[in-house]
Amino acid sequence: MSVRSTIITQFEQVIKEQNKQVPTLSDDLVLLESDLDSLCFAIIVARLEDALGVDPFSAAEDVDFPVTLKDFIKFYEDAAK
Amino acid sequence: MPPNSRSSLWDLLSAGDRWSGRSLLGVDASVALGDLVQGSSLGGRIEELSGRSVLVTTKDQLTAALACIELDGIARRLVLCPPDLAPEHIPFVTKTAAVDAVVSDSPAPEAGAPDVGCFVTCSPRIAPADASRNGRERTEWVLLTSGTSGLPKMVAHSLTALTGAMVGAKPPETPVIWSTFYDIRRYGGMQIFLRALLGGASLVLSSAHESVGDFLIRAGASGVTHISGTPSHWFRALMSPSARQIAPRYVRLSGEIATQAILDNLRAFYHEAKIVHAFASTEAGVAFEVGDGLMGFPASLIGQGGGEVEMKVEDGSLRIRSARIALRYLGGQTEVIADQDGFVDTGDMVELRGDRYYFVGRRDGTINVGGLKVHPEEVEAVINRHPGVQMSLVRARKNPITGSIVIADIVAKSEPGAAGVPVQTDAVKNEILETCRRALAAHKVPTVIRFVPSLPVSPSGKLARFNA
Repeated sequence: MSVRSTIITQFEQVIKEQNKQVPTLSDDLVLLESDLDSLCFAIIVARLEDALGVDPFSAAEDVDFPVTLKDFIKFYEDAAK
Repeated sequence: MPPNSRSSLWDLLSAGDRWSGRSLLGVDASVALGDLVQGSSLGGRIEELSGRSVLVTTKDQLTAALACIELDGIARRLVLCPPDLAPEHIPFVTKTAAVDAVVSDSPAPEAGAPDVGCFVTCSPRIAPADASRNGRERTEWVLLTSGTSGLPKMVAHSLTALTGAMVGAKPPETPVIWSTFYDIRRYGGMQIFLRALLGGASLVLSSAHESVGDFLIRAGASGVTHISGTPSHWFRALMSPSARQIAPRYVRLSGEIATQAILDNLRAFYHEAKIVHAFASTEAGVAFEVGDGLMGFPASLIGQGGGEVEMKVEDGSLRIRSARIALRYLGGQTEVIADQDGFVDTGDMVELRGDRYYFVGRRDGTINVGGLKVHPEEVEAVINRHPGVQMSLVRARKNPITGSIVIADIVAKSEPGAAGVPVQTDAVKNEILETCRRALAAHKVPTVIRFVPSLPVSPSGKLARFNA
């Protein structure tokens, strides 16, 4: 499974588990303006660490944090290289 | 002027006319402190609240802030209800604090409000009022924090202790505008509220009903120079498209352990700002601030006597003695805040690596999920209800967004007649998770469940909770 599809699957799973209303997981979705709260991101990041073996949020230095879903996917793709 | 134990907040603001030219800015309204000197947010009814134990239960932080300024020195006790206080806990809080007056921002008592005979409405519309203040109470400030039993712990402070970290601070050379992601009815937010008031600054208050982006836009528009929050707040801020709406000179982190990643990212993002992380607890007060950009704290802070704060490490946990610690817990509990030598055991376990100490968890296993405490026993009790569970251990897993998340290790029961093979299926896991979701708040539900063959047990036969 690609990094992108792993990430999308985790988002979908957490949205379902946490009963969140997120319209569509489009590339330009601004993550913080979605219904996802800190806990949702914490769960997604923990599960992605298990699935992909990387946690770019803990490793990141001098890198801008992701704002959109597209940024988020690139953040992980770069870390997984 | 250093506060002495007889000075009220009002006295401190009046000394040297610290009222003019600054404001408390809420999401829906703002109040110039200068207006408060000539009027009242309480309709001038402070006489009625004189000597009383006052429950401050407002929806808005601004009204709570105004009530605190007016009532310190007048009320015998100010009990500050945090916004997430469960309604079913209000009778307990009322009884324990012997509440005999309620201040609210509703025009009339709402359903569930305690009926104690005295109800006063607090409003950001300052009404003209007689400015005479006759009270000389040494008001006790009561802050709530979560307790193991599910009931809140009520921690009593004096104003002197709450402002201990601000004594002797030099007045700023350039105007300061403070803001905080915290609610001021929590210890971390209260520190910023008092810091702003006594430091001659304005303060931009957050609101639970406002998005991070909107708050940052409002803070930026108000020209915020100093801003505080937990590492979780800061993660959200940095992921917001509005993160560049503020250009702070000072960024403060507290309430959770600051990781190197968040410190580095804040430094890179707000490169003009001094980045400081502080250690404080509701009971122990503000212990120290670290401004060298590194996580943990220098070992040289330990064992220094004679200063305002003394710290030591005993049995692996950080102990603090200072004039900033709380007076006591309210209620009949036997638990004391400080030991006979005056040290508070924070319960935070630290480890010395090189010349620095690092935080490695809580002795009692309490998990801090984005500033919200989770007591593992509560979650284990829910998990253990499942017929397939023999025992469980709920513990923290480090997380860059919320500091920690909750995970559970479970020893499964063997199916009768299945030759001792435990049932460890995904179906069982999902059933357990479903039970947890129904019974517990979202941050308490385990994110990951693992089946394990056995769990570590201490020599006393209890589950070994602390494993750094």
